[in-house]
Parts: sequence; structure tokens; C-alpha cells
Amino acid sequence: MNTSITRKLSYLLSLFLIVGLMSCGKKKDADDEAGDAKDGAATTAVATVDMANGATISGMIKIDGAAPASKPISMDADPVCKAAHSAPVMTDHWIVGSAGEVANTFVYIKDGLGGATYAAPTATMTINQQGCQYDPHVFGVMVGQKIEIKNSDQTMHNIHAHGEKNEQFNEGQPAGTPVKEKVLDKEEVMIPIKCDVHGWMNCYAGVLKHPFFAVSGKDGKFEIKGVPPGTYTVTAWHETLDGKGMSVDQKITVAAKDSKTVDFSLKGQ
Amino acid sequence: MSTIVLPKEIKGAHDAHGHHELSFWRKYLFSLDHKVIAIQFLFLSSFFLLVGGLLALVVRLQLGWPDHTGWFYKSMASVFGLIFSQKQITGGIILPEFYNSAFTMHATFMIFFAVMPFLMGTFANFLIPLQIGAGDMAFPRLNMASFWLAFIAGLVMLSAFFVPGGAAGGGWTSYPTLSAIPELSGVTWGQNLWLFSLLLSGISSLLGAINYITTVVNMRAPGMSWMRLPLPIWSIFITAILLLLAVPVLGAALILLMFDRTLGTSFFIPHGILVAGSPLTGHTGGGQVLLWQHLFWFFGHPEVYIMILPAMGLTSEILSVFSRKPIFGYKAMVLSMAGIAFLGFIVWGHHMFQSGMNPLLGTTFMISTMLIAVPSAIKTFNWLGTLWGGNLQFTTSFFFAVGFVAMFVIGGLSGIFMASTPVDIFIHDTYFIVGHIHYVLFGGSLFAIFAAIYFWFPKMFGRMMSERWGKVHFWLAFLSFNGVFFPMHILGINGMMRRIYDYTGYAHLAHLQPMNAFMSVCAFILGLSVLIFLFNLIWSIFKGKIAPVNPWHANTLEWTIANPIPHGNFAEMPRVFRGPYEYSAPNTPGDADFYPQNVPPPGFSSADPTAH
Amino acid sequence: MNLSMKRGMQWLCTATLAVLPSAVAAQAVPAKYPNHHWYSWWMNILPDTASTYAPKIDAMFDLILWLTLIVFLLVEGVLIYFLWKYRSKPGRKALYYHGNNRLEIIWTAIPAMILVFLAIFSNSLWSEIRSPDRFPKDAPVIRISPRQFQWDITYPGPDGKFDTPDDINTINQLYLAVNEPVQIKLNAQDVIHSFFVPEFRIKQDAVPGMQTAVWINPTKAGDYEIGCAELCGLGHYRMKGYVHVIARDSLDRWKIAQAPVPEAAPVAAPTTDSSKTSK
Repeated sequence: MNTSITRKLSYLLSLFLIVGLMSCGKKKDADDEAGDAKDGAATTAVATVDMANGATISGMIKIDGAAPASKPISMDADPVCKAAHSAPVMTDHWIVGSAGEVANTFVYIKDGLGGATYAAPTATMTINQQGCQYDPHVFGVMVGQKIEIKNSDQTMHNIHAHGEKNEQFNEGQPAGTPVKEKVLDKEEVMIPIKCDVHGWMNCYAGVLKHPFFAVSGKDGKFEIKGVPPGTYTVTAWHETLDGKGMSVDQKITVAAKDSKTVDFSLKGQ
Repeated sequence: MSTIVLPKEIKGAHDAHGHHELSFWRKYLFSLDHKVIAIQFLFLSSFFLLVGGLLALVVRLQLGWPDHTGWFYKSMASVFGLIFSQKQITGGIILPEFYNSAFTMHATFMIFFAVMPFLMGTFANFLIPLQIGAGDMAFPRLNMASFWLAFIAGLVMLSAFFVPGGAAGGGWTSYPTLSAIPELSGVTWGQNLWLFSLLLSGISSLLGAINYITTVVNMRAPGMSWMRLPLPIWSIFITAILLLLAVPVLGAALILLMFDRTLGTSFFIPHGILVAGSPLTGHTGGGQVLLWQHLFWFFGHPEVYIMILPAMGLTSEILSVFSRKPIFGYKAMVLSMAGIAFLGFIVWGHHMFQSGMNPLLGTTFMISTMLIAVPSAIKTFNWLGTLWGGNLQFTTSFFFAVGFVAMFVIGGLSGIFMASTPVDIFIHDTYFIVGHIHYVLFGGSLFAIFAAIYFWFPKMFGRMMSERWGKVHFWLAFLSFNGVFFPMHILGINGMMRRIYDYTGYAHLAHLQPMNAFMSVCAFILGLSVLIFLFNLIWSIFKGKIAPVNPWHANTLEWTIANPIPHGNFAEMPRVFRGPYEYSAPNTPGDADFYPQNVPPPGFSSADPTAH
Repeated sequence: MNLSMKRGMQWLCTATLAVLPSAVAAQAVPAKYPNHHWYSWWMNILPDTASTYAPKIDAMFDLILWLTLIVFLLVEGVLIYFLWKYRSKPGRKALYYHGNNRLEIIWTAIPAMILVFLAIFSNSLWSEIRSPDRFPKDAPVIRISPRQFQWDITYPGPDGKFDTPDDINTINQLYLAVNEPVQIKLNAQDVIHSFFVPEFRIKQDAVPGMQTAVWINPTKAGDYEIGCAELCGLGHYRMKGYVHVIARDSLDRWKIAQAPVPEAAPVAAPTTDSSKTSK
């Protein structure tokens, strides 16, 4: 009687143990598999971009009304940052040209591709932290594309990505740490990335399953190439001071080898 | 107090597991025998002592060379780089979030998986039945469950290093909201596993505590009155009561925090939290941050005494044996332990003087904290009294016991600085407190544990540990210990905050780097001394000299049993005739300097059961 | 093992312990901190004092230091003396002595009296620093709302009120006038931080969801550092601020220079009604 209870108990305990050990092992495996899946998902059933026959969508981003004024960043919060600049640094939420052309606007095909998946480019996207600012400030990557995060400053930065669909991460990068590699595995526009040590440092990442996106330059211009024929919703996204972002949609139909222009006008705040 | 002399059957003699050969599993793995469970706890705690020590070296490596230069840093960092992953040590640089995990898990492993199971697993299990003259614990199956729960809890805690986000990094105190909101710490599953593991380990402690209390109350051999109990048993008994009252409070707090993290409750999360500048979503708020601190320290302060009281009991025994003298002031020793246990429940607020708690409460807690130093002082004076006029035997065990007293004095005195509220304003959360706690827990508890292992090893394994390597262990440990931890007081007085990854960015702290480097090297030597100890331990199990039945000429009951101790411990029920510390008594038969508890006085007739 | 080998072993250990750490520690010293030697910590144990109550805390510290030093030397001295005096010798027999109640009472009462005296003495200083009714009257208020990993500091501006457009906001830069008491109200935005200025001997946790307050009367002009003394995440060690104690007129000039800063208050009371916006 006693012995049988003990035996059962010991079986039970060893079972717990084995399950426990296995799940520990599994977690690691699952982690690896997830990593594999990231690469795998991008390579299975992929569409390819036909540059020769695809259409080109280009356009200009302009502001409607006055742009919110830039303000000086008080970099004296960290002497290393202050020393990196000779002139006062201004906030870079809105970079607007004299004619109202808006830089750092993320333009992408939001709808109309029918969920086709494209292969991630082998080229890595590099984000540089220099002078306590992100370069670039707004960028797009594809699901599965490798991102390298570099710290060129003699101070610590932390990379705090708080997307809603992608897993959040918050990692420190003291001066001298090698580049960090990251892969984002879900479509999401946009993921805010911040440095909590330097409160003014922020940037945004757009993650898409297709390569049809662009970021407007200082001249306000953007260009998306190789778009297959079809009707699309093209969206322009720009950050706002409250960090939520604003976006404007437009419908457009393109045929093969078409070249169409879509201009966007963003409301100033 | 009248003695409880109930004729009791010897447990084990009649059980099904009495005398037939047991299978390997039942004998060594899922054993119900308190001695085997004690040894299981010994190996478990030794393993986690190593893990905790390794993490301590990671912390010291970073603090010694925060600029990541020098051949010593580089070579050690590459060694650690092999043990830990890329996410933890990248390109020879210990990342700040891993640094946070390292000191958090160092404290967690050392407190909950090394010191506590050494004292309240190994020695409580081994000594209670043997010293009170019982065949086993009152509840052998609870006992087994207690060990295996601790084992699983340890595995869960270890597994936290392998989950995304890394192990918990909010400090061993895990103050919310840092510990409650994953977005703020970057730690996701690691913190959940930490909470779950501590809950398991808490249940394990509770099972143990119930068992110890029941056994001590009910299963003492005839003649073993309360005032004849060896002091280790008193200390373990009082500690078990502390565990029983304190651990459930921790359990409640752990569960509430787990709810906050996983179910979206807001017990500890107030309204209006910002995460990287935007409002926190998923929580309504309305919680109280300080509630956690009250709950945690209501457990946490008794916890400190849970880790020091058994150490005091073990030291008292060892000092008396090697002084060949009765313990000085037995009753005062027992009363002061009871006093510490009682006062231990009303001093928790001294961890919170700067927390924003009402300053008036600070006054209250300061007075109770000052008072709790009194019983500790009484004990110290009694230990000195025990040495006075003794015939001191310089064994390794005695060295460590004396080391305990010497270091505990420093730990106790440095505590007074922090008990004084205005001085605490300055030294709170600096390295001063880190130095203080290590003098109490390493120089105190761990030295007592070493002393006790050298002392009871012959009874556990039937062999002696090497005295030569024991002395090497002692001197290395004693000197390097002081080399690591004494300077911490000076760092604290210079204003160096604790849990800080790189202090060289502060103008008033940068000059402390050479001293930190010195401390770090001492820490590596300290680690080496522990390795020597563990090798000695393992080597002696197989190759040590065969131990005599009573190598130290001690009085307590365990030394009357031949090695190896059989299942059921005592062939016949022992009978106790005197207290445990009758050393060098003038009337001892045969002119011996010890008088075992079970030896009948001359002229005693066993026919008369009341004559003793 | 014979005695001389034993002695030799002990010597070896001691020598290793003394030489090796110093040698390894020394290799990292000179380049970076040329003005400091490995022994330089001994020169100034306590940092400079720069507030009215800092010397008082130091006096209390010194009192406890002397008391504990005496107890330490007595106890450890007696311990070492006993170890030497009563070491085992052939033919020695230990005393058979169970204790002495009078001694127990004496060594209970004396520490108890000393400690209660310390508690009473400490408490008068504690209430002078912390008691809410003994805060300096009419001292101007500065609001510090730390967050990961910076000190957001707000002055009320000329109108003397917070949350108005003329508030002066800085990050990590606290300017105080010498010999003028101020109150600092602390309220953390995310996790617990702790406001710590060693030279002022002040430390107070800043807690989310509640307000804590301290007062400071700086006595010495100069630049000091603010550290965070409560673990607040991976950038805990980088959470450094600066205190500048300057003359009254310099402070006024600084405030005027800061006043037109049109930046929206980074410390605005957090709102929870986050209306949905399109992405």
C-alpha cells in the first residue's frame, strides 16, 4: 500500500521532471524553429519583382498648412551627445522644405497585392546611432530582412522597439558593442523605436511582405518601382508629435510598364 | 517545564521500507530517508552555490573593468562568453541587461537555492531526527516532496536564462513597476519564470517547515526535554516557525505580481504610467507600488533571519564542542533567538526608509531595528564566553565557526549605520548595504555552513574531509572574502550606487575603479576557494579517511550511532539523561572531557523509567 | 602533513592573496585616471558636504563609526586574545562553566541603552530633515519627474504655477541658488527611481502614482551629479543628472534665458484616454 503510493508518486515526479526538462529543451528548439520559419516563410511561395515590366509609382509629399516648428534639443542631458554637435540640433519630427515638401514620409502599397509574399532582399538595412540621433529616421524593411543596428557614439544607447505585432525588444548597446542584428517577422506599419537614455531619439520602421515602399527624400519625392499591374491603395504615413502618426490613402490603377504619379498632401498640425 | 517522556515507537523499524534492499531509485532518488534527502539537498545547494558564484563573478568582472580593457578582463570575458550566449556577452562586452540579470539571479540563487536549502534542507533534515533521537521525520513523504519541489523550482529558475528576453533583471527584490510591466524592463518570460519558481520553492519551504515543527514537537526521545535540545535544533525549530509565518505572505505577493504581468490586473500598477512617453495600455491602474515593498519585506526581513538563525545554532554547537566547554548561557541563547524571531517581524520597514513611506513610520521601524541588534549582541558575547577558559581545538570546522563570529560582528555593526534613519539617507542603496548583507550572509551564514559541513561530514558519509585542504580553503576564503567585501563599505561611503553597471561615468566615482579591480580579483580567488572546498567534499566522499564513530568527542545523539547510519537511525530508542553541552564536567566517568547525552549516570537502573 | 609544510602553505596563500590582486588591479589603473592611485580612496572617505544638513548627517555617521569601531576592536580583540590564550595545550582542561546571569543582564542592558540613545539621537535629525511640518516655509517648489532614463525637471516659471505655458523644462539639468532652500517634489513617470545627490546627503525614491518631497538648502556653489539609486532598468547606470549651485542673480539670468523655450511640457500629466487614430 505504502510502497505503491510512493512508487506512483515517484513516477509522477519523474514525469514532471522529464516534461520540465523537455519543455526547457523545447523552448530553445521553438526559438530556433521560429528563426528558421522567419527565413522559411519568406522563401516559400514567393512572388518575384518584375522590374522590366512593372509600373512605377512616383510622387511628391507636400504639407497643407504650416509645419510644426522644430525646437532645439537640449543635448546637455548627455555631454557626449552635446560634444558630438557644434551647432544646436533641432527636433526632426517634421523636415519640411521651403515649398512645403516633406521628407521622411513612408509611402507604401497598403492594399491590392492580394497578400502575395516576396523574397526578402539579402542586403541588410543599417541603422546608425550617431550624435545621439538615428540615421535614417524613417525606413522600410521587408519581413525577414536583416537589420543591423550600430552604435557610433561613445555613450550607451538602448534600442527599444515597441511594435504591436512584432515582438518588442529593449536592448542596451554600450559604447564599443558590436552591431546588433535583428529580423522583424511580421508585417507592421510603423514600429516606433526609441532610446530611453536619450529621450529625444526616435525612429520608425515599416515592415512589409512586399518591396513596394519608399521614403520621401528632402525634396519630398518618392518612387516605387516594379509594381505589377493592378489597382492599389497607396498610403503615405508621417509621424506626428504625439507619436501616433497620421496616414493618407489614395487609390491608383496601373498597367504594365506604366508610370504614374500620386501626390499626397499632409495636414500640418 | 516538564519533560515529555512518551514511549514512542521508533519510526522506520516497523515500516515497509525497513530492512529489505531498496532499488536504486527508491534508495537514492525518491528516498524517504531524511539522511538521503539531506544529502540530496547538500548536492542541490552546492550546485546552485556554483551557479550563483559564477554569476557573482560576471558582476565583479564588469565592475572591476567597466571600460572592458585589460588582459584579465578580456580573457575572463571570453571564458564567460563560452558559457553564456551572444545575447548576454557580445564581443567581449557584458551587456547591461545581462548584468542586471546576473546580479538578480546571483542573489536569487544564493538566497533561495543555496543558503536556504543548505540550512533548512540539508542540516534541518540531517540533524533533527538524529539529534532528538527519532527514527525519521514525522512526514517522510512531505519531506521527499519538499526536496523535489525545490529541485523543480531550481530547474525552472535556471531555464529563465534560455527564454527570449533573458532572465529576470529587476533585482532579487523585484520592485514593481519595473518587474510588473515587461515593456519597461525588456524581460518577458524570465520574470514570470522567476515568480513561478519562487512560488514552488516557497511551497517546498512550507512543507519542510511543517515537517520540522511537527517532528521537534512530537518525536523527541525520552528525556529530551526542551531545555536539553541541542541549539541547532532550537534554531531550526524557531526558523521553521518564521518560515511558516513569512513565506505565505511572499506567496501572496508573488501571485498578485504574476496576475499583474499575465492577466492585466493592477495590484501594483498605479494610474498614469508612461511607457517610452506614451500611456501604458492594458492596465486600468489604481494599484500601489509600495504595497509590494511592504509585502515583500514582511517576508524579506524574517527571511534574513531564516538564513542567519540556523547558522547561529550550528555555530553554537561547533564552538562548544571545540572549546570542550558548555555553551555559555544556554537559556540566553534560546531566548535571544526567540527574541530575534519575534522582532524580525516588526522591522521590515527599515528597508523602506527612503521609499516614500511616512517618515513617522521610519521612526517606529528605526527603534525596533535598533532593538533587534540587542539579541544579536547577546549571542556574540555568549560565544566569546564559550571560548573563554576553553581548550580550543583548531580544526577547520572551528576556524570557520570562529570566522562566522568575527564576520557576523562586522555585519551586525555595519547594520547600525543603516538602522539610523538620517545616516541611511546617505548610504541606502549604495554599496554599503551590499557589503553589509554579504558580511551577514557570506561571512555569516555561508561560513557557518562550511563549518557545519566539515563538522558533520563524517556522520553523513562515514569519512573525514581533508583537514589540510580545509585549512587552505579557510585561509583563502577568509582573506579574499574580506578583500572583496570590506571595500564595499568604502565604495558606499563614496556614494557608489548599488546595481550600477558602470560607475566611471560619474566624476565622484571614477577614481574607485582600481579598488573595484582589486575587489574583483579577490572575488575570483574567493571563487577558487569554493572550488577547492567542493573538490575536497567530492574527493573525501570516496577517498577520505574512514571516520571513527565520534571523531570530535561530541555529546549529541548522532555521534552514538555507528557509520553508516542505518535506516531508522537508532537500533533502540535512545534515552537522554542530560543537556547537550556537558563538556569537561568534573564528575564525568572515566575522566573524559565529554559526557554524551545518552550515557546513563553512574548507578542508574534502567528498571526505573523515572530515574533520570 | 608536518607543521612546517602547513606554515609554508599558509604563507603561500597569504602572499598570493596580497600580491596577485594588487598586481592585476594595478594593470588597469594608470592610463585612465592619472590623478588617482589605488590608495586614493583613503584620502576622502566621505564626499564633500554641500547642504545644510549634510554635516549633521556626517556627524551622526562619525558618532556611529566611533562607537562601532570601539565595539569592533573590543570584540575582535577579545576574540583573538581568547583564541591565543586558550589554544589547546597538552594537559589543559576547559572550565566547566554554564554562564552567568548577571553578565547576561549587563551585556543586554548596555547595548540596549546605547542603541536606544542612538535611535533617539537619530530621530531628532531624521524629523528635522523629513518631517513634513519642518520643511522650510515658502521655499519655492521644483518638480522632478524622472523616467527611463532621464530627469525631467520643471520650474514653475514667473507665474509661480505649474502646468502653465511659462513653465521652464529641462532634462537632467537642475539649477539652484546658493543658500536658498527649495522643495523638490518627486513623481516618477514609469518605474521607481531614486533622487540621489551625494554632496547634499539626500536620497529619496521617486515613485510612480504618488508624490514624495524633499528639501535642500545648498551651502556651496559648484557642480554636482544626480545619480539614480533605485534600479530602474538597463539604463539605470546612465541616469545621470547635473546640479549647478549658482548665485541668485546667475540663476535669475539662467531662468530668463530658458523662459522662451516653446517646447511642449515633456512632463505633462499623463493622460489615459488614447483615442484611436489611423496608422
